[in-house]
Amino acid sequence: MRQRPQTMFDKLWSSHEIAQREDGSALLFVDRHFVHEGSFHGFSQLKARGRKVAEPNLTFGIADHYVPTRDRDRPIANAEIAEMVRKLEQNTGDTGVTLFGLRDPRQGIVHVVGPEQGLTLPGLLIVCGDSHTSTHGAFGAYAFGIGASEVAHVLMTQTLWQKKPKRMRIVVNGEATAGIAAKDIALAIIARIHADGAQGHAIEYAGSAVRALSMEGRLTLCNMSIEGGGRCGMVAPDATTFAYLKGRPYAPAGDDFDRAVADWSMLPSDPNAEFDREVTLDAAAIAPIVTWGTTPDDALPIDQRVPDPADEADEARAAYIRDALDYMGVRPGTKLTDVAIDRVFIGSCTNARIEDLRAAAAVLAGRVSKVPGLISPGSSLVKKQAEQEGLDRIFKDAGLEWAASGCSMCVGINGDLVPEGERCASTTNRNFKGRQGRGARTHLMSPAMVAAAAVTGHLADVRPLLAGRKA
Amino acid sequence: MEKFTRLTAKACPLPQPNINTDAILPARFLKWPRDKGLGQVLFADLRRNPEGQEIADFPLNQPAWQDAKILVAGRNFGGGSSREAAVYAVYDYGFRCVIAPSFGDIFAQNAVKNGLLAAIVSDADAAEIAAAIEADPERMVIVDLPQQTIVCGNRSYGFAIEPVSKSQLVNGWDDIDLTDSYRAQIETFLKRDCELRPWAAFVKR
Repeated sequence: MRQRPQTMFDKLWSSHEIAQREDGSALLFVDRHFVHEGSFHGFSQLKARGRKVAEPNLTFGIADHYVPTRDRDRPIANAEIAEMVRKLEQNTGDTGVTLFGLRDPRQGIVHVVGPEQGLTLPGLLIVCGDSHTSTHGAFGAYAFGIGASEVAHVLMTQTLWQKKPKRMRIVVNGEATAGIAAKDIALAIIARIHADGAQGHAIEYAGSAVRALSMEGRLTLCNMSIEGGGRCGMVAPDATTFAYLKGRPYAPAGDDFDRAVADWSMLPSDPNAEFDREVTLDAAAIAPIVTWGTTPDDALPIDQRVPDPADEADEARAAYIRDALDYMGVRPGTKLTDVAIDRVFIGSCTNARIEDLRAAAAVLAGRVSKVPGLISPGSSLVKKQAEQEGLDRIFKDAGLEWAASGCSMCVGINGDLVPEGERCASTTNRNFKGRQGRGARTHLMSPAMVAAAAVTGHLADVRPLLAGRKA
Repeated sequence: MEKFTRLTAKACPLPQPNINTDAILPARFLKWPRDKGLGQVLFADLRRNPEGQEIADFPLNQPAWQDAKILVAGRNFGGGSSREAAVYAVYDYGFRCVIAPSFGDIFAQNAVKNGLLAAIVSDADAAEIAAAIEADPERMVIVDLPQQTIVCGNRSYGFAIEPVSKSQLVNGWDDIDLTDSYRAQIETFLKRDCELRPWAAFVKR
């Protein structure tokens, strides 16, 4: 009998299923577990029960959330932060887990380092106590964020109980126009489906515009699955994926690599596989997008105006818009391009890969930023590469600060904050109230759009600034 | 983990949608060990102004709801960051149940693991319950998990919860003990998996 056509997600799920419970949840095997400073709660539970890490060889520690981005050659000045980094060193050291620590040349943001090192591979189940673990799905992996109790569970058993989500396919057809980045596609999707639109679903991104993305672009797209309510997002592995992986330190090599590619080639969804939900977008219709409010679905093309609550029939929606605009300090109906900014930030697991930095540099080259700003590369290796390519020079000549790698001003727990009341054009993934600091106003956009905001001093369409330049 | 069966308590309304985990527990408190008392910084920036004074009209600051054990929230409560400490803060403040039309996925899963009931009701029912307790803050609300009902005034509402989560909460179940009973299956899986996907198993035994 012929098997029913399967989606990629079905294949990933069944290849990790160890056992099923009557209630329909399954015990899944975890191939890679990333831990960071915040995982100390999980290690505490491990210790409290007197247990060992079940598979230390499949567990990798990375210092990213709390690490300072300046003065890295000195001991960490802030005692609390130093303690967080020390706890990670101790917890990984005590349990035999490999650590990419603060002084490791491979250090960086966990969602940048995993792919970079070839730890992230197609067909794997990957977890980390960080919601943006969805990023790794770009390789055709089932990757999702977990909570501290689940971190403890994975540490102790290398498994996780999960209820199977529904399957959702987001198809982006056609060809994106010049100056449109993966971030614009991600924001366009979230604006369409809303911040809880993919809740309970495993997302597969498909269509010609997704296929055309580089690995960096796919990582950005999958990274923001969580902002659309999904816990995971994935892209089928293909020649782009395999070319990226070949020669990576932890990726299989030689005959093993060929065998892996043969295996990975079986992963994409079968033709006629059924999805519980499908959403289709036309890439050609996507313009550069920025957010105006306080959730990632408050996103509009740069040539639009922010909404006016007076035009809104639904009173609850009007109240929401009023509150969001009040927090953001923007008058109803303002043209987005009339919104002046105070600073810029380029970094985060969404947009701090080499391609993101090149895109920003293409706009910034030979120009000066009208506002201060911080650029924090996604990993220490990205930093090195950017410096070899001379991108750091372009940033510094533009008047921006070139810092070391970490989560930095995306979540602000390392002390890199947007001052209260200031407005920041940011490549990060969240514009929640207080996300980049108390009272901070965040507008999300692509790295090129942040660069455009920097050189004009206000939210701006990057496309005219790219005219005659290599994007 | 504490069992959850039936709870009779005051309920506090917080009807705005999208109260995300950053709002529940701002990032600057993530360094705190749990025993420092995360309940005191629950909704820190919603409860207090930048000068540290309580914002009077925030529901949790109103005397009537100080001892509420039930929170009636808006859509997508606990969306955003995966921080489990957000659940610790809700629980440590004294809440045992959050009623909302929808929850952030990870928040809902973390809730179960910490004995916090995340009860899903319709938008209309959430609004009605919130209105009832706003009108009468002293009113006691009864949440019955085995029956999956909420009684508020003379009305009874059904709520949804994953069957797995329900049995875990009702039994006070611990996942790790349960998983340990599957050790033989895990070993069998590993052996077979090393043959099927050696490329994935490169760092395995």
